[in-house]
Amino acid sequence: MSERRLADLLAMWRVRAFEEKVRELRLAGPIVGSVHLCIGQEAIPVGACDVLEPEDALFATYRGHGWALARGVPAERMFAELLGRETGVNGGRGGSAYFTAAEYGFHGENSIVGAGAPIACGAALAGRYDGSNRAAVTVFGDGAMNQGAVHEAMNFAAAFSLPVVFVCENNRYSELTPIADMVRTSRLADRAAAYGMPGYRIDGNDVEAVRFHVRDALEVAKENGGPTLLECMTERIVGHYIGDAENYRKPGEMDRIRAREPIARLRAGLLADGVPADEVDAVEARARAEMETAAAAALAAPFADPATAREHLYA
Amino acid sequence: MPETRKLNYGEAVNAALHRLMAELPETLVYGEDVGLPGGVFGVTRGLRKQFGDRAFDTPISESAILGSAVGAAMMGRRPIVEIMWADFSLVALDQIVNQAANVRYVSGGRLTAPMTIRTQQGNAPGACAQHSQCLEALFLHVPGLRVCMPSTPQDAYDLLVTAVHCDDPVLVIENRTLYFGAKEEVTVGGPVQPMGGARVRRHGSDVTVVAWGAMTARVLDAAEALAADGIEVEVLETPWLNPFDTEAVLASAGRTGRLAVVHEANVTGGFGAEVVARVAGAGVPLLAPPIRVGAPDVRMPAAPILAQALLPDADRIAGEVRALVKG
Ligand SMILES: Cc1ncc(C[n+]2csc(CCOP(=O)(O)OP(=O)(O)O)c2C)c(N)n1
Ligand SMILES: [Mg+2]
Repeated sequence: MSERRLADLLAMWRVRAFEEKVRELRLAGPIVGSVHLCIGQEAIPVGACDVLEPEDALFATYRGHGWALARGVPAERMFAELLGRETGVNGGRGGSAYFTAAEYGFHGENSIVGAGAPIACGAALAGRYDGSNRAAVTVFGDGAMNQGAVHEAMNFAAAFSLPVVFVCENNRYSELTPIADMVRTSRLADRAAAYGMPGYRIDGNDVEAVRFHVRDALEVAKENGGPTLLECMTERIVGHYIGDAENYRKPGEMDRIRAREPIARLRAGLLADGVPADEVDAVEARARAEMETAAAAALAAPFADPATAREHLYA
Repeated sequence: MPETRKLNYGEAVNAALHRLMAELPETLVYGEDVGLPGGVFGVTRGLRKQFGDRAFDTPISESAILGSAVGAAMMGRRPIVEIMWADFSLVALDQIVNQAANVRYVSGGRLTAPMTIRTQQGNAPGACAQHSQCLEALFLHVPGLRVCMPSTPQDAYDLLVTAVHCDDPVLVIENRTLYFGAKEEVTVGGPVQPMGGARVRRHGSDVTVVAWGAMTARVLDAAEALAADGIEVEVLETPWLNPFDTEAVLASAGRTGRLAVVHEANVTGGFGAEVVARVAGAGVPLLAPPIRVGAPDVRMPAAPILAQALLPDADRIAGEVRALVKG
């Protein structure tokens, strides 16, 4: 039991260490442009990807670094992508908010809010015809629940009983605006009923709860039971993007968030169960060392070649 | 009373919004993060405080933002809505193209949609393909819409004031790389300027270069470099694209005998094609075939080193204009 939890801790630390290194490189200059970190939300990708099969499809958002890592995309190639290197997963074409690595079952980030949901329906639909038992997972934020494309996708998936898991990462904010001010009902999961599919609000900072519910939803989906909406409650410990002044935070809010964040929580749980502190903390050190190595390798790689900038537009 | 203030581009937009909300009680300002946070670029700062619930935040629902603007405008409000990136208008094009643009025409003028859509577009270093597009030609293809693209603080102020006073749907396309530029003297509080018109940003006799948006500054840099080579470029900025000041272009091209059109958008189907066609159609005698300078027809890569290879910069513009003049 504690072995799996240590593995979860390592996977979450990998995500956090990756993101912290990205922030460092963004602030120091080598990474350019808008970057959205998932620090604080690590339990959702880690729990969900643990139960995805290789044939399943995964569509994330611009806040998708953690999903890619948890799906097995090598950190070095992700750093390289963010750094505009030839060795990046998309050779610098995608960048932080829009990279894809289908060879790892990661069908891409998307920087248009809600756009991944209808595409996931298509990936699931394709499974009807290609003989696979593929399910599709689409990830989006609380704010995306108000985007027309997401409504259409939920009904489409429900009407045709498509094997789709809608994972809503509810971090309580859409950019700088609280979701509570933009909806009248507070439980987004309740919307599932309107489409005739199950919807659950779960603790998105509890990796075990995420794993349990995603596994369940995938099982239902693959047995022709149709889609599920999972509203995963979480918080980002960082701004919407690097550079966000976070003026919208209330006094004491960050302290409350830190007290509930998934890594500190799992660490405390392991210690309480008697796992020695040095064993627990070795996990963090290992993840950080891995990310340092990966970042250094990416930094040493050549920049993308401008002569290739027009390639890959057409078949 | 008109007064002069030192404002950058973003502050000039903000000053125009304050003026408009004060002088036109029927205006509303709304969009994602524009109310309490004051906009992701700070451009709508202070409006919520001063004008209360006439400035507000919306869900991430572009169809509802734009569609509600159409409906409120039909009923006599004058909404000024923000679409954070022009790329995001694509999820709600119906409300612009099928709805806003048709209101006056089908009702024979008995119903109008006096709404202003503020957005911003173009590449900035590191931006991905879904946050980099220049879509003005898409909107210019739609009869019934007005479109402008200011590039200076003064125009950012004046064009927005004109847009909001206009009884048609107007798209004001700003540029995030300009918001935090240098402060300039801006006359605020002056009379509402007529819609349309061009600006001669530099006089020259060898070649006319027409540009709009963020490209204008790059064209001016190119013109400066070319002057050192003895090539005198006339830089004609056309911040209004619909209505477009065709006469000004014809007159300048007729004088210089050469024409280049520069835009950040990719070349095929870009508005540069329309400008060249108008000059050709008018029979203006030219000493050399006109040229268009723009991004090649390709998606925009996120890596700055790749994007730079595609976007027109001052060097590339100077090179192409030099070749046009030297033959
Ligand atoms: C269609 C569209 N509208 C607006 C935006 C700008 N935008 C990017 S992220 C974001 C907030 C999204 O909030 P949420 O869905 O809660 O996801 P989070 O960022 O919190 O993970 C907005 C408005 C966009 N990218 N696409
Ligand atoms: Mg959110």
